[in-house]
Amino acid sequence: MLEVKNIQTYYGNIQAIKGISLEISEGEIITLIGANGAGKTTTLMSISGIVPPKFGDILFMGEPLQELSPNQIVALGISQVPEGRRIFPYLTVMENLDMGAFLRNDTDEIQKDLEYIFDLFPILAERRHQSGGTLSGGEQQMLAVARALMARPRLLLLDEPSLGLAPLIVKQIFKIIRKINQENKTTIFLVEQNANLALQVAHRGYVMENGRITLSDTSQNLLANEDVKKAYLGI
Amino acid sequence: MDYFIELFLGGLTRGSIYALIALGYTMVYGIIQLINFAHGEIYMLGAFTALIVAGILTMLGWNQVAILVIASIVAVVYSAAYGFTIEKIAYKPLRQAPRLSALISAIGMSMFLQYYVLLAQTSNFLPFPNLIPDFKFLEPIEHIVRSSEIVIYATTAIVMVLLTGLIKFTKIGKAMRATAQDRDMAMLVGVDVNKVISMTFIVGSATAALGGVLIASHTGQINYYIGFIAGIKAFVAAVLGGIGSMPGAVLGSLVLGMSESFFTGYISSDYEDVFAFLFLVFTLIFRPSGILGRTDTDKV
Repeated sequence: MLEVKNIQTYYGNIQAIKGISLEISEGEIITLIGANGAGKTTTLMSISGIVPPKFGDILFMGEPLQELSPNQIVALGISQVPEGRRIFPYLTVMENLDMGAFLRNDTDEIQKDLEYIFDLFPILAERRHQSGGTLSGGEQQMLAVARALMARPRLLLLDEPSLGLAPLIVKQIFKIIRKINQENKTTIFLVEQNANLALQVAHRGYVMENGRITLSDTSQNLLANEDVKKAYLGI
Repeated sequence: MDYFIELFLGGLTRGSIYALIALGYTMVYGIIQLINFAHGEIYMLGAFTALIVAGILTMLGWNQVAILVIASIVAVVYSAAYGFTIEKIAYKPLRQAPRLSALISAIGMSMFLQYYVLLAQTSNFLPFPNLIPDFKFLEPIEHIVRSSEIVIYATTAIVMVLLTGLIKFTKIGKAMRATAQDRDMAMLVGVDVNKVISMTFIVGSATAALGGVLIASHTGQINYYIGFIAGIKAFVAAVLGGIGSMPGAVLGSLVLGMSESFFTGYISSDYEDVFAFLFLVFTLIFRPSGILGRTDTDKV
C-alpha cells in the first residue's frame, strides 16, 4: 500500500533522514521505533508532504507522493495524528472534528462517522462545545485520533500517541488503535518511543537509528531480539 | 452637549473607518504573522479607483446612488485583486524567510504603490465627489451628523456582521481560524493553506477599499498619501485591540477614533497624530498584547 524507497530528507542543510526504505501492506499495523532524534517524526512528515524528501520516492497505492502538496496527500487517504496532538486550541471539539472532515462533502456519511467516533470516545461527545485547548492531555489525544479518523483515512499515521499520558489512558488509546485496525481495516503506521507497547500491537516493526533503518522484522522477533531488548525494551 | 455628541459621532466615524482597515491588518497578522504595511495603500487605491469610476459615470450622466454602488463595487474588486497580487509577489516567495525580510518587502510594496499613484495621478489633493445622497430626515441635525457618516456606521456594522459570519460559520472561515492557530496541522487535515492566505488578503483588501471609498466621499478629497496615515493609525488600533483578534481590531479602532476625536475637540487638534502614536507607545509598554489580545506566546 505504501512504499518508501530510499528517501533522504533535509531541514535546511541538516540531513534528518539518510536514506530509508519501508513497506506497508493494506490492513497491517506497522511500527517504527527508535530513540529521540532518530528521524521518526521526520519520516511521517515526509510521507504527509510537510517536509518533502529531497531524494527518493514515496508511493501510495502506486501513486508518487513526493510531488504532491499535503492537502492532496490527505485527499488520497493518508491522515496523520502528529506528535504533541496539535489540537486547534481555540476551536471547539466539534469544530476540530469538522476540520478533520475538511475535504469531505458527504454530509450523511460524515454524520455517521461522527456517531461512530462519539461511540468510540464518549468523553468527546460530552465535551463537544468546549474549546480544544481546555481538554486534558488524554482527551486531546483522543480528539487528535478522532479528528484524523474523520477524514476516513485508508492509512493512519500515528506519532507518539502515548507521549505524556497516564498508563491507563495509554492502554485505552492502544485498545482503540487495535479496534480501528480490526473494524475499519484501516492500515496503521505507528511511530513510538515506547517500543514494548508498540511491538505488542504491531504486526511488524522497523527500528530507526540516526536517520537510518537498522532492523526490520516481525514484532515477535523484534521483541525477542537481544539488541532491541537492550536498547529499547530496557530488559 | 451638542458639541460632545458631535465629537462622539465624529469619533465613531473615524473609528469605523479605522476598523475597516484594521480588520485586514489583524486577519493577515493572524494567519501569517506579518504586518502588511502595504495595506493602507489598498485603502488609497480603493479611493482612487472609485474616483475614476465615479468620474466616468458622472460624465455618462448616471444618478448619484448608482454611481456610489458601481464605484464601490469596482473599487472593492480592483483592490481585492491588488491585495491578492501583492501577497503572491511580495510575501509568498518569502514565506520561509525570516520575518524581517517579509516586513521589509511590505514596506517596499507600500512605497512602490504610493509613488506609483503619485506618478500616475498627481501629488496634489484631488476633489472627490460626494457620492452619498443627503438624507431628508437628517436635515434638523445636519450640524451634528452628516448622512455620509450614517452610511459609514451602517456599512461598518454590516461588514462586521458578515465577516463574523464568514469566520464563525463557513468552511473557509473555519479553515482560516485553523490556519491561524496551527498552520502545519491545518495542512495535515487537508487545508490548502495558500488558498486560505489568498482569501484572507482578498477579504481584508475588500473591506479596506470600502473604507477608502466611504471616507473619500465623506471628506471630499484624496491624494496618494492618505493610505499611509490611515494605514498607520489603523495599525495602532489593531495593536491596541490586540493584533490577531478581530473583535479587538474593531474595539481598538473605536477606542482610538473616539479618543482622537475628544482629544482634538477639547485639547488640541495640532497634536492629533502625536496623541495617536503616544497611545501606541503606552499600549506597547503597559499592555503589549492589547485589550483583547491573547496573552499566550508562540507554541513550542
